[in-house]
Amino acid sequence: MKAPDFDYVSPQTLKEALTLLDEGDGDAMPLAGGQSLMPMLNFRLATPDLLVDLNRLDELSGIADAGGMIVIGAMTRYADLEQSDLIANHAPLMAKALPFIAHPAIRNRGTIGGSVALADPAAEMPALLMTLDATVVVASLQGERSIAAGDFFLGLYDTALRPGEIVKAISIPKAAGIRRFAFDELTRRHGDYAMVGLAATADSINPLNELRLAFFGIADRAFRAIEAEEALNGHTADDEPATKLATEAVMALPFDGDVNASADTKRHLAGVLLKRVLQAL
Amino acid sequence: MAKTKDIKLMVNGEMVARTVPFRLNLVDFLRKDLGLTGSHVGCEHGVCGACTLEVDGKMVRGCLMLAVQADGATVATIEGLSTSGRIAELQAAFHERNALQCGYCTPGMLASALEYVERDGAADRHAIREHLSGNYCRCTGYQAIVDAIIDVIEGRTAP
Repeated sequence: MKAPDFDYVSPQTLKEALTLLDEGDGDAMPLAGGQSLMPMLNFRLATPDLLVDLNRLDELSGIADAGGMIVIGAMTRYADLEQSDLIANHAPLMAKALPFIAHPAIRNRGTIGGSVALADPAAEMPALLMTLDATVVVASLQGERSIAAGDFFLGLYDTALRPGEIVKAISIPKAAGIRRFAFDELTRRHGDYAMVGLAATADSINPLNELRLAFFGIADRAFRAIEAEEALNGHTADDEPATKLATEAVMALPFDGDVNASADTKRHLAGVLLKRVLQAL
Repeated sequence: MAKTKDIKLMVNGEMVARTVPFRLNLVDFLRKDLGLTGSHVGCEHGVCGACTLEVDGKMVRGCLMLAVQADGATVATIEGLSTSGRIAELQAAFHERNALQCGYCTPGMLASALEYVERDGAADRHAIREHLSGNYCRCTGYQAIVDAIIDVIEGRTAP
């Protein structure tokens, strides 16, 4: 189908964009890379009165070294993240995961802020940000606030964003020392939404220490597998009792079936991924 | 408020100015307003890749961008890429390898392949398939398409 009728503005400043969204009072939607919103418009799943295009807001784009953190503007595109030395050097988990996100032509347009604000349950970015202990910086006419990624993603397409707020930036602590990273996902076609995906980091692997695991594509949002982390910390990935406990903890996570796989299939695949990702750390 | 905007953009080396409805997507604008029907419309939600075209030097989905967003942009469709000769080697290799049958996916497939070749992508079947994963072909089974792209890469790197 074609998109419904709407008004459209392409503001030049963030303040102008926030004013338009505030005045739109819920009937105005921000347009980031459009790689999810455009399909939603074409399917008539989204029917805004006004689209506020953020694509000309240069102030929202770019990757900066801010001491202990890497700060990524919300309108930074996946293709720019893929080509960034800052990301390669200081956020290697993200660098590893980027090629899994959709297809090159989508990554040329899609933005990190758009993915974060949409909170698709099968998207990679929420799980990555939860694993990396990132912070989401949001802006409205009232000012800015920072929300830990772990508190930002609330449910199916549901986030801590309040009316009139947009994602302004993502702040990721630099990977220190010898941290380990692994990422994998299972899809029917490379680049499609994952049936199950898993992002992992650890300070060390022998034994595992400060392990963080976040699954996505399993239910209404990404989930940290905290009980599995606790079961594995202090042990190696081939410690049978520890991995058995961790696998049981993963099986106890919420799983919902979707068009790609039933809940039981996803639960099975999550166990497969846990093994693979622990081996890859 | 009229839900239209005057836009000006460079399409295949030619400056065009039109008034477009906000809701019109880029590929429909190119096909219907400018008569450039080389870019195909398959799924209209970014899955099939038939509408892949170049905007400001990057391959994008023509169905996932509004025409108004292309105001001031430089666009190259399959017509422009053919005329300029940028895809001549790929076209010849696709022909040689029988890398198309019905041809519906071919404009988008060539655009995606061009991006891979111009970025000095390796002659690696797996990497090529990953790069083309966003372009559906329902005829060839992809084997011949990958063969054609490898021919082009090897032709370019040959002494």
